[in-house]
Amino acid sequence: MTDLTINTDLARGILTDFIRSEITRTGFTRAVLGLSGGIDSALSCFLAAEALGANNVLAVRMPYRTSSSESLDHAQLVIEATGVQSLTVEITPMVEPLFDAFPDMNNVRRGNIMARQRMIVLYDQSAAFDGLVVGTGNKTEILLGYTTLFGDSACAINPVGDLYKTQLRQLAAALGVPKAIIEKPPSADLWLGQTDEGELGYTYAEVDKLLALLVDQRFTPQECVEAGFAEAFVQAVVERVRRNQFKRVMPPIAKLSNRTIGYDFLYLRDWGT
Amino acid sequence: MNLKVALAQINTKLGVVEANLERHLDWIDQACNQGADLVIFPELSLTGYVVQDLAPTVALRPLPEDPIFQPLLQASRKIDIVLGFVEEDVRNRFYISAAYLSGGKIAHVHRKVYLPTYGLFDEGRFFAWGDSIRAFDTRFGRAGLLICEDFWHASPPYLLWLDGADLFFFISASPGRGLNAAPVLENTRWVEHINRAYASLFTSFVLYTNRVGYEDGLNFAGGANVFDPDGNLIAQGPYHQESLIMATLDLHQLHRTRTRLPLLRDERTALVQRELGRILAADRR
Repeated sequence: MTDLTINTDLARGILTDFIRSEITRTGFTRAVLGLSGGIDSALSCFLAAEALGANNVLAVRMPYRTSSSESLDHAQLVIEATGVQSLTVEITPMVEPLFDAFPDMNNVRRGNIMARQRMIVLYDQSAAFDGLVVGTGNKTEILLGYTTLFGDSACAINPVGDLYKTQLRQLAAALGVPKAIIEKPPSADLWLGQTDEGELGYTYAEVDKLLALLVDQRFTPQECVEAGFAEAFVQAVVERVRRNQFKRVMPPIAKLSNRTIGYDFLYLRDWGT
Repeated sequence: MNLKVALAQINTKLGVVEANLERHLDWIDQACNQGADLVIFPELSLTGYVVQDLAPTVALRPLPEDPIFQPLLQASRKIDIVLGFVEEDVRNRFYISAAYLSGGKIAHVHRKVYLPTYGLFDEGRFFAWGDSIRAFDTRFGRAGLLICEDFWHASPPYLLWLDGADLFFFISASPGRGLNAAPVLENTRWVEHINRAYASLFTSFVLYTNRVGYEDGLNFAGGANVFDPDGNLIAQGPYHQESLIMATLDLHQLHRTRTRLPLLRDERTALVQRELGRILAADRR
């Protein structure tokens, strides 16, 4: 079975250097991030504060009317522990006019609107604070597509996107993210009582082991079943990863010319820096 | 005879040759100030690594009149220099190349023979592969120069050994990968294993420089090292930070090690050739 243990000192060094390098090389010195009260954004905040200095990081809390007060309190714990600058922007009056326009709107639509509204607030603060938006999406949720396109997935750089949730927890503990945040059940907190694991139908501990085999070790689905995973679980995850590929790539551009952006116009973002 | 070498574990600016040239000249000065005879820069040290469509615009011809090579050749009157660049040949093919500069002259150019085009690598899309592996003479003895994937294959170092190389210069821009519970990344550990193995198997000196810094999400881990002909680590650079690592090589160690362990003397090259001929002719696999 795959061992998901990581050397947290090594990860910490690489990720803080990454944040510093990728922000300062474009002429910026500051970062902005959304602080939900959950472990992913808490870790990103700790890393950004260590990389850039706490005063160069703006953590934005963006509660909705139904957001749990625990989320706000936990975000506050992170702000106090890291010493970063902070701001609270209530999104309720921004999203409710749209909700009211479509009274039959379901939870998914409402959740997406909230995630995208938070993106708008963050990118506005990016301009106001003169900092780049640091993303907080982990490898598990990116692979499963458990994210809102152009919402919480929108960012300038993402330091934690190659860490499975299981690994991210190890790094969070090593950096001193408060225990209450590490130990509570992960939730997008888009509606009352929502939890990631309830919505996905499996735990991160289970799915991370499966994803590590499928993605990192290049096992076939059949080999995963032979390794002890339930066939229905394997099929569901394989299909979910495939179906969500669109969230992991730029929108395809229809090729007409001899040189098309995305296909044969190839430069890193760090071009010239 | 001692060789004092400086391994220049630098960061680079992606696609900005003039800025990287300035950095080279700075680090060459530092190496000179520390009394080095030779300074070794990493792979593609004049351009950065993931050049992609920048390859044609950053490409150089290694000629004395080239404005980038000119100041480097001038500097090579004081200290020998190994550096990496994108080369354009007379028929407009592009190579990942490395040059050895000494006494104001380009003593040797090696074109990367193995272009990794798998996983995160896409070199074969942008570059032509080199087609020769030659040792060359330096004022410190005969040497060989290989670029990253070249020495992930066992045959190029072997050929250089038979061609007379006692000093192996290995240069990399190797993206760090393979985080697990260990204190170094998997590819770092791998290179340290094989460098030690080459030094031991070929009873030769291995001098390795790798770059540091980031290009988009890729990190470069550094960790330059030098192994002596007994396979002992005699210098080790830090990970993930720029550093000029100094090492003094007692070249007479070749004599002592090869007296004890005459692997080179006993190497059955005619047998290798005969069996290789048979394998390639008949036994295609």
